[in-house]
Amino acid sequence: MAMAALRREGRRFAPLLSPRPIAAVRSSLVSEEDIPFGARSISTQVVRNRMKSVKNIQKITKAMKMVAASKLRAIQIRAENSRGLWQPFTALLGDTPSVDVKKNVIVTVSSDKGLCGGINSTSVKISKALYKLNSGPDKETKYVVLGEKAKAQLVRDSKKNIELTISELQKNPLNYTQVSVLADDILKNVEFDALRIIFNKFHSVVSFLPTMSTVLSPEIVEREAEAGGKLGELDSYEIEGGETKAEILQNLAEFQFSCVLFNAVLENACSEQGARMSAMDSSSRNAGDMLDRLTLTYNRTRQASITTELIEIISGASALEG
Amino acid sequence: MSICSDPFLGWSLLSPQRSIFSTSQSLRPCESRAIPETPSSAMFRRATAALLRQPVLASARASARALSTDLPAAPTADSAFVEAWRKVTPNIEPPKTPLSFMQPRPPTPSSIPTKITVNFVLPYSSELSQKEVDMVIIPATTGQMGVLPGHVASIAELKPGVLSVHEGNDVTKYFISSGFAFIHGNSYADIIAVEAVPLDRIDAGLVQKGLAEFTQKLSSASTDLEKAEAQIGVDAHSALNSALTG
Repeated sequence: MAMAALRREGRRFAPLLSPRPIAAVRSSLVSEEDIPFGARSISTQVVRNRMKSVKNIQKITKAMKMVAASKLRAIQIRAENSRGLWQPFTALLGDTPSVDVKKNVIVTVSSDKGLCGGINSTSVKISKALYKLNSGPDKETKYVVLGEKAKAQLVRDSKKNIELTISELQKNPLNYTQVSVLADDILKNVEFDALRIIFNKFHSVVSFLPTMSTVLSPEIVEREAEAGGKLGELDSYEIEGGETKAEILQNLAEFQFSCVLFNAVLENACSEQGARMSAMDSSSRNAGDMLDRLTLTYNRTRQASITTELIEIISGASALEG
Repeated sequence: MSICSDPFLGWSLLSPQRSIFSTSQSLRPCESRAIPETPSSAMFRRATAALLRQPVLASARASARALSTDLPAAPTADSAFVEAWRKVTPNIEPPKTPLSFMQPRPPTPSSIPTKITVNFVLPYSSELSQKEVDMVIIPATTGQMGVLPGHVASIAELKPGVLSVHEGNDVTKYFISSGFAFIHGNSYADIIAVEAVPLDRIDAGLVQKGLAEFTQKLSSASTDLEKAEAQIGVDAHSALNSALTG
């Protein structure tokens, strides 16, 4: 009877044995084909493969987190230094996000690389909401997209509204020259009454605030100055310069755009690194948890196979004794 | 002035500004549990601690100078925008606007103040921030303009030249590439330049060489673009020259 039981056990394990060479490479799915040839008991190979890959993932994400942390340190200093750049313009021209204009251009700043949490989705969500907010009869709204991630999301449903896309912004370290050339490009190719720049402002390592900066074209500045309100005091400023007021305002608007864009790009890069750091941190923590659970499964499987072998031996021995 | 007309694009003024790092970091829920200190989390904590330590050193060194990069105590928001936003998309929080990140400026006082408050900013640093001085001389396109407390509000476009800041008996001189200067009615002056260098860091020999090179380029220029670029180079170098000699 013991032999019959043994034979039954053997039949149960038969599907697990497969006559194939051990050296073949296969993916570590939980399938019975991964048992090496000749194993006679429950094999821990499957679990071991999973543990190895999860451990590698944990190491990679930990390394990515440290890289992001060091990049964050470097760029945070520059972002904070550039914060003084847009303040004089807001002090002079005020901040008018609710200005009513015909031609709006939404400049969305995003990252090129992924694995940085939800900041790019947030920017795109806000851009789309802004589009809805500024839509109306004889109003037109266009997008200018900086960065691959926002482009991928916006192309899906707003492809015909995207005027210009720019990518590989961070190939070389960010500097004012590059951003001012970019701003020049945008100003030359896009007609606008108001530019709205959407980016993630770096508040702290774990918090990024979606922010919108508005830059008005010189004609709209004149219009708002005449209408009174926040810009009403602009007329009281004397214009020092040989050219007309319109030319100075034009130069001012262009300079304001390049300064605000520079700050926006730096802050967004900072937020990207911070978000990547926390995403990779939670990822390596999850991998650690998964590894713990797999280790328990591994030990259980291992102990079960040892117990089974013991049972086989002992029942075999007791069968021999008679 | 177009943004691309600035030739001194390789210079950067190295004055790292350490601002007060906001200590209101809210730890994510999973970070608050007591876990054994792994090297990565220790490094993370050390990194944030290092960033937090810097303001203490900066304030000691800079003798409690207020920084224009500080976040304000009382953020404000544009209510019309927020309302319009809430009507269209009630589910998403409206984005913040620059107004909530800036300290409001004081109104125009009735009597002329004794000092003028200067903010001198560059893309890479805030050179002077809320500094109270007696007089500033800025190189506007119409010539050198002296700004005293109580100056009428004006917007001035700047050409390459020397900016000098007079405080009592000290005079600090910078050579700036182009930019803008706003003088407000409340005796606040904002000067924004693309590049600025203290005068003692300029090499006279290189200036002469550059001037000769650009003059030669100007005479041999064929297209309008080349002529414009060469002209800009000549203007800037001759301004540098006069700054060093004058």
